[in-house]
Amino acid sequence: MIRIANGQGFWGDWLEAPVRLVEQGPIDYLALDYLAEITMSILQKQKEADPKLGYARDFPPLIGRIQRRLIEREVTVIANAGGVNPIACAREVRRLAPSLKVAVVLGDDVFGRLDEFLAAGHAMKNMDTGEPLSAIRDRILSANAYIGAFPLAEALALEADVVIAGRCTDTALSLAPMIHRFGWKATDWDKLAAGTIAGHIVECGAQCTGGNCQVHWESIPDMANIGYPIIEAEHDGRFSITKHEGTGGRVSVDVIKEQLLYELGDPKNYITPDCVADFTSIQLKDAGPDRVQVSGIRGAARPATLKLSIAYSYGWKAIGTLVYSAPQALEKSRAADRIVRQRLLQLGLKFDEIYTEFFGVNACHGPVAVPNPDPPEVQLRIGVRGQDQKAVDRFTRELIPLVLSGPPTGTGFGDGRPPVREVVAYWPALIPRELIQTSVEVVE
Amino acid sequence: MKIALSRIAHARSGDKGDTSNIGIIAFDARHYPVLVREVTADRVKHFFGEMVKGNVERYELPNLGALNFLLHEALGGGGTLSLRVDAQGKTLGAALLRMEIEVNESEIGK
Repeated sequence: MIRIANGQGFWGDWLEAPVRLVEQGPIDYLALDYLAEITMSILQKQKEADPKLGYARDFPPLIGRIQRRLIEREVTVIANAGGVNPIACAREVRRLAPSLKVAVVLGDDVFGRLDEFLAAGHAMKNMDTGEPLSAIRDRILSANAYIGAFPLAEALALEADVVIAGRCTDTALSLAPMIHRFGWKATDWDKLAAGTIAGHIVECGAQCTGGNCQVHWESIPDMANIGYPIIEAEHDGRFSITKHEGTGGRVSVDVIKEQLLYELGDPKNYITPDCVADFTSIQLKDAGPDRVQVSGIRGAARPATLKLSIAYSYGWKAIGTLVYSAPQALEKSRAADRIVRQRLLQLGLKFDEIYTEFFGVNACHGPVAVPNPDPPEVQLRIGVRGQDQKAVDRFTRELIPLVLSGPPTGTGFGDGRPPVREVVAYWPALIPRELIQTSVEVVE
Repeated sequence: MKIALSRIAHARSGDKGDTSNIGIIAFDARHYPVLVREVTADRVKHFFGEMVKGNVERYELPNLGALNFLLHEALGGGGTLSLRVDAQGKTLGAALLRMEIEVNESEIGK
């Protein structure tokens, strides 16, 4: 049996979680997930500004902080912290933790290969809209192939203490140690599917140990000290989900079911680079306090394509807010919204979209929100998105004047006008997998 | 009689681009057939009204006593494009739990 913990569900997750995982009980592997779809484009820009950047900058200091524990307890770290510059990330880890052996997985970054792919006739059509990539070719900011667990397992075979990847799938971080330790083959579809589903359960960190849980959430103990998840994996594909003793949170069948359904598409066809997992085969069993056993998982052959994560510059957006108090808070907010829209129209400004929400009334649940006829206050929230940066910038100047020139009781403008942000959009596409060659390198 | 879906089920929701997914899970596996009968894709589409511009797909997971719904074009463009505060649809599961369903007293028990 091996123990694989997940200490980071996204870049920005709780900084103490990975530290506590190595300190509060036994684990063999610590998986850390840093990358969302859009993260790669931010990192690409950082790398263009400074060739030593382009990775998750929280990661090297974390390894520096826990390096002694990693050695004492023989814990191996696997992270997709490399972003678009895994080697620079590895060098920084080596600088802060010189006694650790660090390996990187390369080959996911295809930013420099897109024209080669297009010339060879790969249209890389948007999987949602069907548009060919050529439509946005000059606006692309980053392009990466999602790679699977086998390249990570190769890096583990080099006896690295820290394995750093770029754009691998979140589930690969947990599956790789199972492949490495149990000698699973690339055609062991059921076992690979089991490891993939284990990875899916833990990839959002504490969301499978009681976080964001709707089942009796008020009774979930000690959420301030919530324990992050641990997979106890067996060589035959069975596994349990648990957390360290004495930590907060809850692991139960209900909690695990919620996380299994999180961001799920067709449950019979959960497609990864390693296999296609069948979520309708999963059997769950409560196996003691804070422990759920998972078994019965079936899988099918991996696809002939890999998914590309391409980020491109779409345009600009800004979102501004004002607050109106009772009485008639909603009516005043609606009047202010009408005035702003009329002024934008009079200025002749064009946007792709203007969208208004009334916080305290309908922002989250829209037309199905429970009616609240006289709320004590309402926050008016207006957003615009468009191609013209100047128009978006002008919009940001149209809210605060209403405090003096609009309906009464307008307030909440203390932060000044809202920032104009570049919109980086995501372009999912497919590419034949044989075009992507990965390699593994130990960084001295 | 009519009850809120929240009486027999819990939920979690999230996003994939401009599609929101909502998992609806029976607290008690015996109530799964009630979910299958009452919480159809059409009713979910109708419940959310103008919030969901595209179609609604439903998948069944009898092993978990759960249904998975995909609500297409439901997040104002999704991801970074969306101007909504809940651009990831994280609150839509809680919204759906307020939907009323028709049950016999005998099938949901005390």
